[in-house]
Amino acid sequence: MPKRVLLGLLLACGLTAPTLAQEPKAGGVINAVIQPEPPGLMLAMIQNGPTQMVSGNIFEGLLRYSPKLEPQPELAESWSVSEDAKTYTFKLKKGVTWHDGKPFTAADVLFSMEMLKQTHARARTNLAQVDRVEAPDDYTVVFTLKQPFGPFLGIFEVGSMPIVPKHLYEGTDFKTNAYNNAPVGTGPFMFKEWQKGSFIRLVKNPNYHEKGKPYLDEIYWQIIPDAAARSVAFETGKVDVLPGGSVENFDVPRLSKLKDTCVTGAGWEFFSPLAWLWLNNRQGPLADKRVRQAIMYAIDRDFAKDVIWNGLGKVATGPSASTIKYYTDDVKKYPYDPAKAKALLKEAGYKGEKIRLMPLAYGETWQRWGEAVKQNLQDVGMNIETIATDVAGGNQKIGDWDYDIAFTYLYQYGDPALGVGRNYISSNIAKGQVFNNVEGYSNPEIDKLFAEGAVATPDSKRKEIYEKAQKILVEDVPVAWMLELQFPTITRCKVKNLITTGIGVNDGFKDAWLDK
Amino acid sequence: MLTFVAQRVVKGVIVLLAIVVLNFFLIRLAPGDPAVVMAGEAGASDQVFVKQLREKFGLDKPLPEQLFIYVKGVVSLDLGFSFRQQAPVAKLIGERLPATLLLTLTAFAISLMLGILFGTFAARFAGTFLDTAITVFALIFYAMPIFWVALMGILLFSVTFDWLPSFGYDTVGGNYTGLAHVVDVARHLVMPGMTLGLFFMATYTRMTRASMLEVKRLDFVKTARAKGLADSVIQRRHVLRNALLPVVTLAGVHSGTLIGGAVITETVFAWPGIGRLMYDALLQRDYNLLLGVFVICSAMVLIFNLITDLVYRLVDPRIEFAS
Repeated sequence: MPKRVLLGLLLACGLTAPTLAQEPKAGGVINAVIQPEPPGLMLAMIQNGPTQMVSGNIFEGLLRYSPKLEPQPELAESWSVSEDAKTYTFKLKKGVTWHDGKPFTAADVLFSMEMLKQTHARARTNLAQVDRVEAPDDYTVVFTLKQPFGPFLGIFEVGSMPIVPKHLYEGTDFKTNAYNNAPVGTGPFMFKEWQKGSFIRLVKNPNYHEKGKPYLDEIYWQIIPDAAARSVAFETGKVDVLPGGSVENFDVPRLSKLKDTCVTGAGWEFFSPLAWLWLNNRQGPLADKRVRQAIMYAIDRDFAKDVIWNGLGKVATGPSASTIKYYTDDVKKYPYDPAKAKALLKEAGYKGEKIRLMPLAYGETWQRWGEAVKQNLQDVGMNIETIATDVAGGNQKIGDWDYDIAFTYLYQYGDPALGVGRNYISSNIAKGQVFNNVEGYSNPEIDKLFAEGAVATPDSKRKEIYEKAQKILVEDVPVAWMLELQFPTITRCKVKNLITTGIGVNDGFKDAWLDK
Repeated sequence: MLTFVAQRVVKGVIVLLAIVVLNFFLIRLAPGDPAVVMAGEAGASDQVFVKQLREKFGLDKPLPEQLFIYVKGVVSLDLGFSFRQQAPVAKLIGERLPATLLLTLTAFAISLMLGILFGTFAARFAGTFLDTAITVFALIFYAMPIFWVALMGILLFSVTFDWLPSFGYDTVGGNYTGLAHVVDVARHLVMPGMTLGLFFMATYTRMTRASMLEVKRLDFVKTARAKGLADSVIQRRHVLRNALLPVVTLAGVHSGTLIGGAVITETVFAWPGIGRLMYDALLQRDYNLLLGVFVICSAMVLIFNLITDLVYRLVDPRIEFAS
């Protein structure tokens, strides 16, 4: 039932052709929920989700990405790649100004690269492939790579590579720079006010470089810490936008049925959050591949999708989400098959040893999912003990390898070299590491494939390599892949064009308008 | 009296420092590393980044050195820097303190006034229907979890009737000034204030009722009656005043917890106060911020204990200040 309701609403109110065809209207204020309250808005220094959601309106990257993850112009109006795939030349947009009126030039890009290497862990990893960055003139930036790096054009979205104003940060202590609290960017909205614990207010940038945009006058990001209260705020008309993950999943069908309410699962293509169970490959029964395969067969992932996630998302087939490059479903399949799971457990000689299961402390939905998985595993004869922790405590346990099975979900960033390989290559095994290969899987062939895949050319070669890697991984089951998650964004239907890229609400509201 | 106060202040400072040291270690006993939490939020947990964060926040230093730095800071009234919020702890607490005080003092006033009023009536009409009705009414709010009362309040007064706002301190974007702003804040305050106030009201009602019934049986009340004093005078001057001592004690204990005791109410109603700041700091293992809130809360308990002792003297002049 919820599935049908959602589908109906998606069709009725989603990004359908007539909606896109409408002429945007200027003016109006959007009230959106931000959860949790971001620690700060300086995107080059803080990279958590809420910070990007707000600051994606203030700052910009060189590129954006379509829902199909094709690069689109943002601060760069065009780009070219040399034949040896080692030189990338970006032509910057002219006439762009910072919110304080100073012109944006290539010097800002060069400075940002240097600053991000110090302050932005993900950017530092991505930029490790870069030999040098040069600016032959004010509106050209040339990146020369040490070797070809397949996903290079995919690292320039605002959250991964925000461009910061050189004139305000050069020669200052980045940590204590006063502009961290009143960020200045080139984006469609300018920072205006932040009442801690209440709201963050952004106002239209009248000098924005895309003429006529943004359409909205203001955005209020409202801080409402309780999930039920956030639902009520939407219900009572106090907020117009509930970004994905703002409310508990069981509230989604109810809210979807409200008058003038639209729901969409779009806007997660770039991040492609994939949920899986870390399986501690090092010790106990889980060290046996057959037990790990049994877990894949034992868990009813369709049930999780349909009931716990209200039909949103997709059952995962392996380490890559279907939305990212080089995905293949031509891999071993693990349908829900308790009998096969039991047979595999018997074959592996599992004798009821206790296995600890740690759900993710991200709220009710994840707790319920933990209970469902526990039940599935118990049904095939596994002795499961649930371990309850908060997020910090859970991370500590995972980092110390003190777990057997643990829920997680991670972003994939559009390319296997950016978001997939990190979870399976053995060089990422390190105590204290919380997100990359904490399962302890080590396979020299996989290491080699991911190393080759990142630098291989042409594209067809990369495809071949990554498809092979997916097949091996799905056979080995280093982790148990669950679902490609979709966090539904709930809006009033009068809010149009909110999500136009693969980065969704994290990419700023410059295209959004209100059909008043 | 001055000597008494001075002695208590000195003792209070020593207790406060002991609390700081104890909390410093207690917080670190909890599993979870703030640097890892922050790295996780940044979507990157490479060792370089985590190491960088630890160094930045001084978490790489030996524990005794971290303690020394912290205590030195507290002594010079510097509560340190919040790792996560990237701002001085004192500033963060200062921003939230007014909202919390407004909420908790309102709730405190509601609970104390209604509690004593209802308790007095219940005692005056002990054994009657009114007594039972008051007791049941008070117990209902005491027995129900605060978050439930809060959510039901929102459902009824915000969703169904649309009389009161469901969240926040004031209307976002309302830009009210002067009296209009006061009215706006008051409207937002009604539900959280009542939710918290009604919960504590029950204890005062019960305490006042029990205490008054006990005092009523004492000889001096009989004497007052024998003297032919009016019942209202006996109740007010002789019974209530003498029955108030345990109520004052309870109020003293409650008032000490005013700062940190409204976590749930603040969360459900999105009230921008200290309770929420503390809760978030706990989840994020934001050690300095958490310790800072603890220090302020502990200081409040000590201050209110002192005030309670002084109020005792006012309520019952027979109590003397022990020097």
